[in-house]
Formats: sequence, C-alpha cells, structure tokens
Amino acid sequence: MSEQRCRSLIPFIYIKQGVMIMRGKNSGLKSLGNQVFFTGPTLLFFCITLLIPFIYGLYLSFTNMTSPISPMEFAGLESYRTAFQDTKFWSAMWLTIKFVAATIILVNLIGFVLAYLVTSGMKGQNFFRAAFFTPNLIGGLVLGYIWQFIFVQSMPEIGQKLGIEILRLGWLGDEQLAFWALVIVTIWQSSGYLMIIFIAGLVSVPGDIIEASTLDGASTLRRLWSVVLPMMVPSFVVTVFLTLKNSFMVYDLNLSLTNGGPFDTTKMVSMHVVQKGLIESNYSVGQAQAIVLFVIVAIITGLQVYFSKKMEVEA
Amino acid sequence: MVEQRKGFTSGLVFVFLIVALVIFAFPFFILIINSFKSNGEILQSPFSLPSSFSFDQFASAIDKMNFLVTFKNSLLITVLSTAFILLFSGMAAYYIVRVKTKFNNTLFATLVAAMIIPFQSLMIPLINIYGAKLGWIDTAPMILLIALYIGFGSSLSVFIFHGFIKSIPFELEEAASIDGCSPKQIFFRIIFPVLMPTSVTIGILNVMWIWNDYLLPSLVLNKDNLYTLPIQMKVFNGTYMNNWELLIPAILLTILPILVFYLIGQRMIIEGITQGSVK
Repeated sequence: MSEQRCRSLIPFIYIKQGVMIMRGKNSGLKSLGNQVFFTGPTLLFFCITLLIPFIYGLYLSFTNMTSPISPMEFAGLESYRTAFQDTKFWSAMWLTIKFVAATIILVNLIGFVLAYLVTSGMKGQNFFRAAFFTPNLIGGLVLGYIWQFIFVQSMPEIGQKLGIEILRLGWLGDEQLAFWALVIVTIWQSSGYLMIIFIAGLVSVPGDIIEASTLDGASTLRRLWSVVLPMMVPSFVVTVFLTLKNSFMVYDLNLSLTNGGPFDTTKMVSMHVVQKGLIESNYSVGQAQAIVLFVIVAIITGLQVYFSKKMEVEA
Repeated sequence: MVEQRKGFTSGLVFVFLIVALVIFAFPFFILIINSFKSNGEILQSPFSLPSSFSFDQFASAIDKMNFLVTFKNSLLITVLSTAFILLFSGMAAYYIVRVKTKFNNTLFATLVAAMIIPFQSLMIPLINIYGAKLGWIDTAPMILLIALYIGFGSSLSVFIFHGFIKSIPFELEEAASIDGCSPKQIFFRIIFPVLMPTSVTIGILNVMWIWNDYLLPSLVLNKDNLYTLPIQMKVFNGTYMNNWELLIPAILLTILPILVFYLIGQRMIIEGITQGSVK
C-alpha cells in the first residue's frame, strides 16, 4: 500500500533504533495467511524430508520388506529380532563407540590446546587459527583419499628413511592401526573447528578473574585448571555434542579411507546400516537397525547435554 | 626474571605452534608436490620434488573427471539449496519468534529435536518414497535433491536465526507498522537486511556441508552428467585405483574451489563459525 514510504523509512529506523514510539502488538502479523506464508515453506520441506520419512521409516521397520518393490506386510517385531541377533551389527556398534570415545577425548583435547595457544596474545595468531581450520573445509570422502596416499605411499617411506618401525607398517592393512588411522584423520579434520569454538569461550573469560587469580599467586597450570576450565563448560557442551554426533554418524571417511577393511574390521555402524539396507537389500532389517542407532544416539546426546548443563557455573 | 620466564614460555608456544602447523600442512604439501609427477616418480619417492612442472596430469584429470560439468553441478546445488534455506528459515524463524502460539512453539521444538535424527534412519524411507513410489529420483533428481537439502538444512538454520531474531528490538517493526508497512514488507525490507550477518554465518555452515556431502547425492543422482564433485571423486577413485598421477590432481581439483572460497572469505568464515556455535 505505502511501499514508497516503507522504503524511505529504513534509514530513519536505523538511526532511531531503540527509540520507543508506541507500545503494542505488531498488528496484522498474526493471521492464517501470514502463518502459511512465513512458516509454510519450511514446514512443507521439513515434512517431506524429515517428518514423513521418519514416521514411514518407523512403520517400515515393522514390516518384512526386502527390496523397493517387494510388498509391505506387517511383521511386528520380526525385523528387530533379526536386527538384534545380527552380531556384525553389534560389533560395528561397539567399534563405533570406541571410535566416539577416542575422538571425543583427542579432538577436544587437541582443539583446546590449540585454542589456548593461539589466544596467548602472540604475533601471527590469526594466521595460525586460519591454518588449523583449513582441513575442516575438506569433506570426509576426499579426506579419506588424501590420507590413503599418506598412509599407503608416504608413511612407509618416512619410516624406512628414519628407521621408525611403526611408520613402516601398512597402517590400513592392520586392524588396530587402521582404526587409529581413522581417529588420526578425524583429529586432523575436526580439531580446528573445535578450536574456533574454544577460542570464543576463552575470549569471553572475564579478565578480572584471571587477574585476581594471578595476584593470588596461582600458577599457569593451576589457573587453567581451577579458573579457566570451569568457565569453559558451555563451550565443552557444544564441542562434545558435535564430536559425539559426528563420530557416531561417520560414514564418508570410513568408506573412502578403509572401506571397512581389512576384512570388515573397521566397518562402523553407519556403513553397516547402509550395506544392510541398500546393498544387501534388507530394507526392514536395515531400517530397524537405523532406528536402534537413532535411539542410542538420542539417549547418549540427551544425557550428555543434560549432565553437562548441570556442570555449568555462573560467570 | 619474570620477564625472562615469560619470554621463554612464549618461545615454547611459538615452537609448538610451528610444529603443529607443519603437521597440519603436511598432507597439502605432499599432494601439491606429487601432483606434477608421473606415476614412476611418485612411486620412487613421494618426497622428491617434481623434475619438471608439467600440467599434463591436471589436464588429463580435468578431462577424465568431466570437471567443468561436475563443478557446475556442485555449484548449482550448493548455491540454490543455501539460498532457499536462508530465505525460508529466516521467514519461519521470524514468525516463530514474533507470534508465540502453541503451534509455533511446537514447530520450533520439533525442528530442534529433529537435529539428532541420523541421516541413516531416513535414507531407506527416502529412497523408497521418492524412488520406488513416486519415481522423482528418475524424473527430477536435481529438484528433489535441492528440496531435500532445504528440509535437512531448516532445523539448524531456524534454530540459529531464532536466537538472533530474539535480539532485534521490537520498536523497529512498530515504527514501520505505524508507517503502513505490511508484515511481509517489514520482514523483507527491515528484518531480513538486519539479519544479513547471521545469514552469512548460516550460509557458510550450509555451504560447507552441502558442497562436501556425499551419501545423499549419491543416492539421488544416478546419471553421470548430474554427479557432484564428491560422487565423481568416488567413481574416479574406483576407476583409477592407485593411479596416483591422475588421482592426486583430481583430489586437488576437488578441494580447490572450497579452498579458494575460504581464502576469499576467511575472516567472515571464522567469524561466522564462532557466531554459529555460540548462539
């Protein structure tokens, strides 16, 4: 209606920002038409990608469907029984839990150390921050191919030249070492991301608290342990949640670096579900295992957020 | 004496950071020096410098992986999906913050809760619905993929937008409303521009995810002229297993666009990640 005036108002509003003109409801926003206009698209896309497939997936897990064209017959808990009896599923789950534990500890530790060092106020710290973050831009799939070259072609050469036995071995051909190869690549990729989150937390630790503890004669380590770390709990809530979720879901890296090998010993749960459902054409059982995975992830992340929120201290 | 110790500590920090930098940069360094070498040279020693700088392997990789078409597909999918995610999520978040009805509160809670649903538990139903039942995977794969990205991206994006819109003073809208702006005008002319820095943050998070995503597009895009860079890389690796003189240039070509993007917008990206994680 008054489009021209509305446009001309913008600079005025910027200047007068915060100046109260009149109290009252934003009249006219609350209406069915606006509800549909503003939230309709998100609701629609959310339904077609998440809500409907999720509910449909629950239903699917109670049928005995094997392939996309086979008829869906209700089979009760049959798929879940088969899913629970699948020992390979549980060994993949156990391996994933070990992977989650290793990455949560190491990625957070290294991310925090990096953040602590690049906030010490030295020259060039922005450069270091930018550099440590770079691996995060590379997707899991390509990451695996890059490190394959390093583990297969480059490391044995270094081991040979320097006489370091552990580097000479073919890491990806050994069950234990291939697992640690996955952990190392994850550290290389994600610690820079967590570093950025920790930096935001470290910067917001009030300077006067640090100063007070220094005046009280606290050593650097003591200050880190008793003053800085407790203030960092909110950051750790975020970083542990992120590593937990990403490590549980790891698929691309698993596929490209080890492809589950040697002899399926590094096959993690996501890969197991993908293969069960899509490659072995076992839709219902794969779906039931995917639901089990969802429940486990939901419980663990829920507990993590609940308990770590309790640990937060008031600044 | 205190000064001296301080100097010693910061020297130690510097040395440690340099060592960390070398470790972080090592894979990039190895890739670059080997990208100019032939298979013979690579196998002889991955650490030797290339004897000559020939771009033949790059040219060959560009040709064999159909790089220009693949790059264009990745770009199109990433840009369109991100643009729609920003627009729709911004709109929804605005309405949810300003109109606090039971429906909107439930919608918001559902969106946030959906963040923990693993993709693996949606994958089989998605293929079943859009492949076997509706056939969209064959008839309109690109549109389907973008639609799915909009859906998957909306959870986190609405959540972050929500946090920022709460901090926009209500008086802005009141003034405009008194001046005769309709709610839609208020959103597009006032709120959306004010949200620009947040949109950059959310845009970056989505670009990084969509550009590198592999599993979802590999299930939806079945024709090789529709492949994105990660899918092409997977296929390429299967075809040229251990043929490093082709694989390494292909890897570099695949990561180059996102690295250039990072180089240009580095400050904004780091800032954006920080903002995105704090809220």
